[in-house]
Amino acid sequence: MLAPADPQKAVDLRLTHLRQLEAESIHILREVVAEFERPVMLYSIGKDSSVMVHLAKKAFHRGKLPFPLLHIDTTWKFKAMIEFRDKFCRENGFDLRVHTNKQGVEEGINPFDHGASKYTTVMKTHALLQALHEGGYDAAFGGARRDEERSRAKERIYSFRDRYGQWDPKNQRPELWNVYNAKINKGESIRAFPLSNWTELDIWLYIYLESIPIVPLYFAAKRPVVEREGTLVMVDDERMRLNPGEKPHDELVRFRTLGCYPLTGAIPSSATTLPEIIREMLLTKYSERQGRLIDHDEEASMETKKREGYF
Amino acid sequence: MQETELIRKDILAYLEQHQQKELLRFVTVGSVDDGKSTLIGRLLHDTHGVYEDQLKAVKRASTRAGMEIDFSLFTDGLKAEREQGITIDVAYRYFSTAKRKFIIADTPGHVQYTRNMATGASTANVAIILIDARLGVLQQSRRHAYIGSLLGIPHLTVCINKMDLEGYSEAVFNKIKAHFSEFVGQLGFKAVTFIPVSALAGDNVVHRSTGMPWYTGPTLLEHLESVPAAEDINLSDFRFPVQYVMRPDLDYRGFSGTIASGVVKKNDVISVLPSGKTTRIVAIDTQSGELEAAHAPMSVTLRLAEEIDISRGDMLVHPDNLPASGRRFDAMLVWMSERPLDRQKSYLLKHTTQRVRAEVEQVAFTTNLETLKQEPATRLELNDIGRVTIACHRPLFYDAYRGNRGTGAFILIDSLTNNTVAAGMILSGDAAPETRDSQRPPALERAHSQVSHDERAERLGQKGCTVWLTGLPASGKTAIAYALERRLFDSKRLAMVVDPDDGLSTGVQPDGSSPWQTPELARRATDAGLICVFAYASPLRADRDAIRDTVGNERFVEVHVDTKLAVRKQRAVRGDYGPGHAQPSEEAPSTPDIVVSLDDGDPELAAHAIVQVLVKRGLLPSLYSL
Repeated sequence: MLAPADPQKAVDLRLTHLRQLEAESIHILREVVAEFERPVMLYSIGKDSSVMVHLAKKAFHRGKLPFPLLHIDTTWKFKAMIEFRDKFCRENGFDLRVHTNKQGVEEGINPFDHGASKYTTVMKTHALLQALHEGGYDAAFGGARRDEERSRAKERIYSFRDRYGQWDPKNQRPELWNVYNAKINKGESIRAFPLSNWTELDIWLYIYLESIPIVPLYFAAKRPVVEREGTLVMVDDERMRLNPGEKPHDELVRFRTLGCYPLTGAIPSSATTLPEIIREMLLTKYSERQGRLIDHDEEASMETKKREGYF
Repeated sequence: MQETELIRKDILAYLEQHQQKELLRFVTVGSVDDGKSTLIGRLLHDTHGVYEDQLKAVKRASTRAGMEIDFSLFTDGLKAEREQGITIDVAYRYFSTAKRKFIIADTPGHVQYTRNMATGASTANVAIILIDARLGVLQQSRRHAYIGSLLGIPHLTVCINKMDLEGYSEAVFNKIKAHFSEFVGQLGFKAVTFIPVSALAGDNVVHRSTGMPWYTGPTLLEHLESVPAAEDINLSDFRFPVQYVMRPDLDYRGFSGTIASGVVKKNDVISVLPSGKTTRIVAIDTQSGELEAAHAPMSVTLRLAEEIDISRGDMLVHPDNLPASGRRFDAMLVWMSERPLDRQKSYLLKHTTQRVRAEVEQVAFTTNLETLKQEPATRLELNDIGRVTIACHRPLFYDAYRGNRGTGAFILIDSLTNNTVAAGMILSGDAAPETRDSQRPPALERAHSQVSHDERAERLGQKGCTVWLTGLPASGKTAIAYALERRLFDSKRLAMVVDPDDGLSTGVQPDGSSPWQTPELARRATDAGLICVFAYASPLRADRDAIRDTVGNERFVEVHVDTKLAVRKQRAVRGDYGPGHAQPSEEAPSTPDIVVSLDDGDPELAAHAIVQVLVKRGLLPSLYSL
């Protein structure tokens, strides 16, 4: 964790900010596992999830993870993500559970016909609530960070959800020090966010420092894309609906965040190494959520989604 | 900017530099009028902590006249906050420079949000208070400084804001500084720093002001980059609350946790609390290998030389440096719930990694947040701060909060609502050595109920009470009693009837007076939260007064069943009014809660009237909920 410290020298007794964040996250991970009966970790395959799982491995270093990983598969994830997920979980011996909202699939809910907002509600929020309910989980780890979005900035590390998974921003429990309140009634649950205090830069620095594996889509490569409303959308499979006259062309792009491919914009980039990615991120003028089409639907859309049970 | 140059030209050097950064947490307090949000917006903006798209969104939404960017819009996160133009809850913000990463706990400053400031202050190294240069020191400035010191923040930074509106006057700055120094000097901060700024114009926030050449101290950001951070961690007293027992297989047994304070080395001899057993540390494990030593606030796993029974909530310490221990201690409490403190109720107390039941035995005083004077008190309400004595059902191992935030802090949880209702800071046990259990022979405490009347009332939706029906024979007491019981039951309330004539009761007196155990029975049933309806004739006032005294006036409802003689005669089945019988008489109640009768023959009407009285007396919630 830290280079061996000599207690004689006071100067050695300080942790860098990444080591402090790491220690804090490990504390949260262990606290949840110690106080809840059936925890689960939401695994979205993205870079934040990679860091969260890495921290979990550190927290329970001698044994297996004392909880399963849960992936909500909307069926619209990038192929490269699913490949990465399966290989990563197999190699580490993780207990991976995958859940899809079957009703949504039967009804043919997709991002093209139903719009980002409805699609997200059915295939992500409802799917998540189904999976949590079916698994009987009383605590779920999520990789959300407070710097991502305005309403997230107010969310607790232990975020209380009622029996319908809903968040009530006006009625949150006070949270002081690192003393967390784990008391809930049957049916209620806690979403726990070990990465709350990490920023995007911290995540990338840590991935670099610890050589954490991430999905190759984060690195620039030639990929087939079409341009829509100023956003580059990757044509990941044959389900992509092309507008008349639209023709995919190969471009050197990468992704700053990963989600469902028709909803996640790519950025032109030639960054093929972590230092290059970090450099690009530092020099960019736009926040990472800009690439996500779902947040722009309405003012405060994240808050609305979270009230409904979204992560 | 040099930083941008470095990123462009030598990203590896930049990464190297940023891996060495320190972390500093600070809390900012104040309302929009103080310019607090503007100050934070300015810090984020000038350190490039804001992206272009966020800036655009904020520019679009900026509605305040004459302002290009409303910086406060960066910080107010919730819909309701933006609609109402106020900050409701603590928000966390992040930015970093080459030297440090900063976490800002941004808290609203209104008096009713004391709990938010306490929350934000609990983890902060620095408190930033804003004073409007035009207004000088206000009561709220004092209040914020007081709460900051109560939560043990070591460094106070006072930004005297809106200096541009006072002509950047050195005299104005010095006057406010002198005035406020006098007050904060008594609060026990390690250091207090004053900085003249204009958040709106950007003077002395990130960039040095050209309007105040007389000020030679650091800008706010320079100050935040250099204020000691790591030195505030207690590294002298080793405290390791066991968080999790790691036992993946039979060969490995480690104790995981976060070092709350101090330093631990391999081969150290340690004591396990509460067992007091002593052993040696054979390894300090992390995923990346063993360490020779570890210190606060690292998360590690310790392996011990001997197999000792240790579980979550136990504490590992050095045998020559023990924490205080005991079931009772004094603490400062910040009350955070709408429901006031209930001293009869037992709460869950969470301290380090353990949870125990605890009561607040005594409130010594509350601090008046207007005058900051101590006032005698018996209770605590939302946003009150007071000194209390806590009694736990098991001993805790603790230190005074002043010297050790990790082992001196606790929260109280309401076991009915599961809400966090208070934050506690343990005071030095030395102040009241006679109350320290460790120095007292253990005394056996009588077991007593840990459920308070209020808790019961909340669960049942009713307050326990005794409804005493008194009236001459055959006036219809039992008929009314059972009608009342049915009516309450149908409204999901719990009632019971004590009917001396049900053929099961023993000890009924021929004159209708109640047996001697009745007051005790009434009290117990009432304590249990029931609405107990008694149907004794009880012609003697003294009998009824005995019941009233035992149950308590506020839980005693007296009903006089005053039915006409003609009806009574008609109803009488036992011959009370027959020939050869003395005419029954009674000492009628002089001020009953209600008088009812069976003159119209319908006990339901009487029952309904009694229910209305129960609602009026506050024993039942409301008619609508029935």
